[in-house]
Amino acid sequence: MLDQPKVDTSPKVSDEVRKTTCYMCACRCGINVHMKDGKVAYIEGNRDHPVNKGVLCAKGSAGIMQHNAPSRLRAPLKRVGPRGSGEFEEISWDEALEIAAGWLEPIRQEDPSKLAFFTGRDQSQSFTSFWAQNFGTPNYAAHGGFCSVNMAAAGIYTMGGAFWEFGQPDWDHTKLFMIFGVAEDHDSNPIKMGIGKIKARGAKVIGVNPIRSGYNAVADEWVGITPGTDGLFILALVHELLKAGKIDLNYLAQFTNAPVLVNSDPDSPEYGLLMRDKDGKLLVIDRKTGKPAPFDKKGVKPDLSATYRQAGITHRPVMHLLAERYMSDEYSPENVSGRCGISARRIKAIAAELARVAFEEEIVLNHEWTDFRGEKHKTMVGRPVSFHSMRGISAHSNGFQTCRSLHLLQILLGSVEVPGGFRFKPPYPKPVSIHPTPHCKVTPGKPLDGPHLGFVRGPEDLALKDDGSPARIDKAYTWENPMSAHGLMHMVISNAYAGDPYKIDTLFMYMANMSWNSSMNTRGVIDMLTDKDESGDYVIPRIIYSDAYSSEMVAYADLVLPDTTYLERHDCISLLDRPICEADGAADAIRWPVVEPDRDVKGFQTALILLANKMGLPGFTNEDGSAKYQDYADYIVNHERKPGIGPLAGWRMGEKGLTHGRGAPNEAQLQSYIANGGFFVKHIPDNCAYMKPWNMGYQDWAVELGLYDTPQPYIFDLYVETMRKFQLAAEGHGERQPPDHLRERVKKTLDPLPIWYPPFEDDHVDANEYPVHALTQRPMAMYHSWGTQNAWLRQIHGRNPLYVPTKIWEAEGFAEGDWASVSSAHGEITVPVAHMAALNENTVWTWNAIGKRKGAWALDNDAPEATKGFLLNHLIHELLPPKGDGLRWANSDPITGQAAWFDLRVKIKKTHAPAEAQPAMAPIKSPVGRGPDELTWKVGK
Amino acid sequence: MTTLPESTQRKMGLVIDLDTCVGCHACVVSCKGWNTENYGAPLSDQDPYGANPSGTFLNRVHSYEVQPAEGAAQLIHFPKSCLHCEDAPCVTVCPTGASYKRVEDGIVLVNESDCIGCGLCAWACPYGAREMDAAEGVMKKCTLCVDRIYNDNLPEEDRVPACVRTCPAGARHFGDLGDPDSDVSKLVEERGGMDLMPEQGTKPVNKYLPPRPKDQVMAAPEGEIDILAPLLTPVAEEPKGFIGWLDKALEKI
Repeated sequence: MLDQPKVDTSPKVSDEVRKTTCYMCACRCGINVHMKDGKVAYIEGNRDHPVNKGVLCAKGSAGIMQHNAPSRLRAPLKRVGPRGSGEFEEISWDEALEIAAGWLEPIRQEDPSKLAFFTGRDQSQSFTSFWAQNFGTPNYAAHGGFCSVNMAAAGIYTMGGAFWEFGQPDWDHTKLFMIFGVAEDHDSNPIKMGIGKIKARGAKVIGVNPIRSGYNAVADEWVGITPGTDGLFILALVHELLKAGKIDLNYLAQFTNAPVLVNSDPDSPEYGLLMRDKDGKLLVIDRKTGKPAPFDKKGVKPDLSATYRQAGITHRPVMHLLAERYMSDEYSPENVSGRCGISARRIKAIAAELARVAFEEEIVLNHEWTDFRGEKHKTMVGRPVSFHSMRGISAHSNGFQTCRSLHLLQILLGSVEVPGGFRFKPPYPKPVSIHPTPHCKVTPGKPLDGPHLGFVRGPEDLALKDDGSPARIDKAYTWENPMSAHGLMHMVISNAYAGDPYKIDTLFMYMANMSWNSSMNTRGVIDMLTDKDESGDYVIPRIIYSDAYSSEMVAYADLVLPDTTYLERHDCISLLDRPICEADGAADAIRWPVVEPDRDVKGFQTALILLANKMGLPGFTNEDGSAKYQDYADYIVNHERKPGIGPLAGWRMGEKGLTHGRGAPNEAQLQSYIANGGFFVKHIPDNCAYMKPWNMGYQDWAVELGLYDTPQPYIFDLYVETMRKFQLAAEGHGERQPPDHLRERVKKTLDPLPIWYPPFEDDHVDANEYPVHALTQRPMAMYHSWGTQNAWLRQIHGRNPLYVPTKIWEAEGFAEGDWASVSSAHGEITVPVAHMAALNENTVWTWNAIGKRKGAWALDNDAPEATKGFLLNHLIHELLPPKGDGLRWANSDPITGQAAWFDLRVKIKKTHAPAEAQPAMAPIKSPVGRGPDELTWKVGK
Repeated sequence: MTTLPESTQRKMGLVIDLDTCVGCHACVVSCKGWNTENYGAPLSDQDPYGANPSGTFLNRVHSYEVQPAEGAAQLIHFPKSCLHCEDAPCVTVCPTGASYKRVEDGIVLVNESDCIGCGLCAWACPYGAREMDAAEGVMKKCTLCVDRIYNDNLPEEDRVPACVRTCPAGARHFGDLGDPDSDVSKLVEERGGMDLMPEQGTKPVNKYLPPRPKDQVMAAPEGEIDILAPLLTPVAEEPKGFIGWLDKALEKI
């Protein structure tokens, strides 16, 4: 073929590669940004990066369209029309900061709690919380309360770590991977990589999800469970495993509180509390002596079975309580089968498969290690079953106990922190005892008395004022939800509007689309944001909002602080916060401006520093009154949380030159990160890589790196004593007492051993009237509302029909192109439907956050997202239906306050096709105009 | 009309694992990004922020539901791009010679400077794997990243198509399917790799690995649960008996 054209097969790829961290979702992969002529030309995954090892998802690869999106805000905005109109004028940063400080400084001096500062999908919480603490308001949290706090808090309270950011399956050794309630998101690339890895070696995946899409589509076994019943299903597995004795007794005795003695006298004021010696050490019976001994004493062999009587009070090991509860017929497969929508045979088959892999395919690694009792072990024994879970099981009003149930199952199998099981990522494992407790004491003009968020140990740590009323606007850490470790962002606007527990002056939010997809009851929230009192003032007097893009929330702000895109900013993904560690290493990372902004925008964190400097906030101000930090990059390098510990662990200044972990600030630190590809990683030695909570080798390694100040070995809490303390109070013991209307609920739900109870919505609405469960899932190629402004991603997920299972499809006589009216106890929507067979027969669902308001995101008003797209949020209220007691009952988990998105019940009816999905809302005026009619995107020649 | 080479020295192509593809579209967008910036005209997008956004993509993922005779319905994700057929009808139909199959590696390419945008090749392709770029008026198709796989400016490990490099699940493999000893050929052999629509006679080079059988544990017919029964033989029916068992079991540890 002499006439075959000659192709240049070695074109120049780019002028330069700049390595930074992705922000197209929350997973924080490493990316190589290829630059041509100073512009972003192509983005690919960074092969050296601990999170994604070179791969990159659809969102990450579409970053170039996000970075250049026409929806980017261009300058600070001051509202000139009524709230919600979208009428703004562009102002200078000087004027914007002057306005903000003019609102904030007086309330700081008078009553800092009049500021509610909530930061949405923030990846800099250790910084934003530090700012809020120094401002002095108790009203700070990020978005965990409406996301997955049940998962995080249940993990930390039970085993000192949680899924995703704090742990992962042992992908290299696991032989059976079971995934609950995960659509296709966190943590995006690592799960896909892990599934690919285990499938390549023939290991099995079991997917538990009402919807068979994404990971569940490739699962070898699919369990299409009824929403809200995962806890019941898990406890039935526990029932079977206990009855068959298929539990790891050695592991339970050594590494959990199963052998710890519990006061078992119902008349004792300490009924249900754990027995301790005079030094406060938990007591077990030592099998060698038959006598009580501290659980961690050298040579002690904890007994799982013996009881102990002291001063007339019988003490029984946790194991007894556990056996009594879960061997009860209440949890037999036959009894849970109907409710879960899974046959008893299948439940047994899965239990048998878990037992088989855990106990007949044991893994032994020849790594010598020494435990906290001083005992040397020649090997590390693994039970190669692993689990992962996220919002599907946690976003229910029984979510915390369901997540606890899953951890109970993992621990009974002996599969946490062992080869082939689930492994923590530094800085986890971390016992609850070294987490802070919440702080809420306000002093005008002064910082708050400590960090806002933490882990309560009992009623004494609740965030209550002296009169017993909630100290926080979101009512976190109150008797309504005592263990609300991430706050309740979804209740802030509703409570501020109701003046319950008190009125605020300024609502300051970052990166949270609260007037749209991030709120329950979207229409109601819009009304709350725009409603005026009798004197004609807005009920919520002032709203400051920061976002990079023209989201629906922008229109409801009085002042908008425009953020940069992720390629134009400094960030640190810090070990003090939500780091990027892997099970084999501690890691952190930065973002840095690989391009400078071409608009009058600033990174939000830098804007906060400028605002802090203007107000002279303590923590940001030197003794001579000068500013400590000029911008966020300055803070990242020079801030020290305690001596030697800063936001970044890599390349600090030691006594003999550069060092990692503990060390003084290093002015060239960011350059070192950039030279290393934007991240730092320190690997864990092999003999410290497993059994970390008990492995003194790991403990010492963690102290050296600065993760702990001293070794912190601990045992897992199958029985959570903190929960029992709340129950005891509800039973009438102690100083701090719950209000009477919450007593029964606290007694019932704060059980120290995992329980299952029906989602609250089942009690509040007529299940016959509303027989169908309704869910959302996030598509793999979209991150909440962000993807829609992305020209490439919206071509993949531009529409979101309501997917209807065969049974309902046929019963309603639906055909392709039909529409349905979907109603809940709270509202009604009219939406397009589509048939899906691989779906639980009583469940409908749609993609999350595809529906858009006209005028937002620089889309045309006739974009399908704005005409046919819809939100389920209109059907979900932030409050449960009134009970006639005059109280406002949150639609949240009663333990953590997590938003119970997935409790929703609906009915569905075929209806004639309207012109647009209903409810249709009036367009808002775009502050950025519209995008171009065509893209031919090529940066190079 | 354009002639195909009698044979090619290698048969470079993709092997796509339908058992592992989670349908995440990573390959779709990575392809879009690389090929917008590289070979030929950019992949354009019409009405990108409007009512009918429609752009050029060289690789798309489709999802199909499958209802087996017994058991639950399944969802299969199916990525599709040019299969670089040995008997490529898109080449023979080309009136200008713009479409051609390379002798050295079998890659089917469009020489954009000779393409008149007549669209015959897209009609001839039974797989719908070619897309006319509305802005440039030329036919676009998968190049197998011919400007990556031999590119001296890339590190050697990156000399694979963009879709393969980015696939998070590792469901995409690249290599010489003409060499029976290549990793991809062995994978096809092991996993029963298949041609797409072999009845079309196009002899596609790309292969698909079929999904493994699903829902097997639970699909055991009634009665066969006994296979698993020993694993669940009760040590006790009641908590009391269980604690007795516990005591004995602990003795053995």
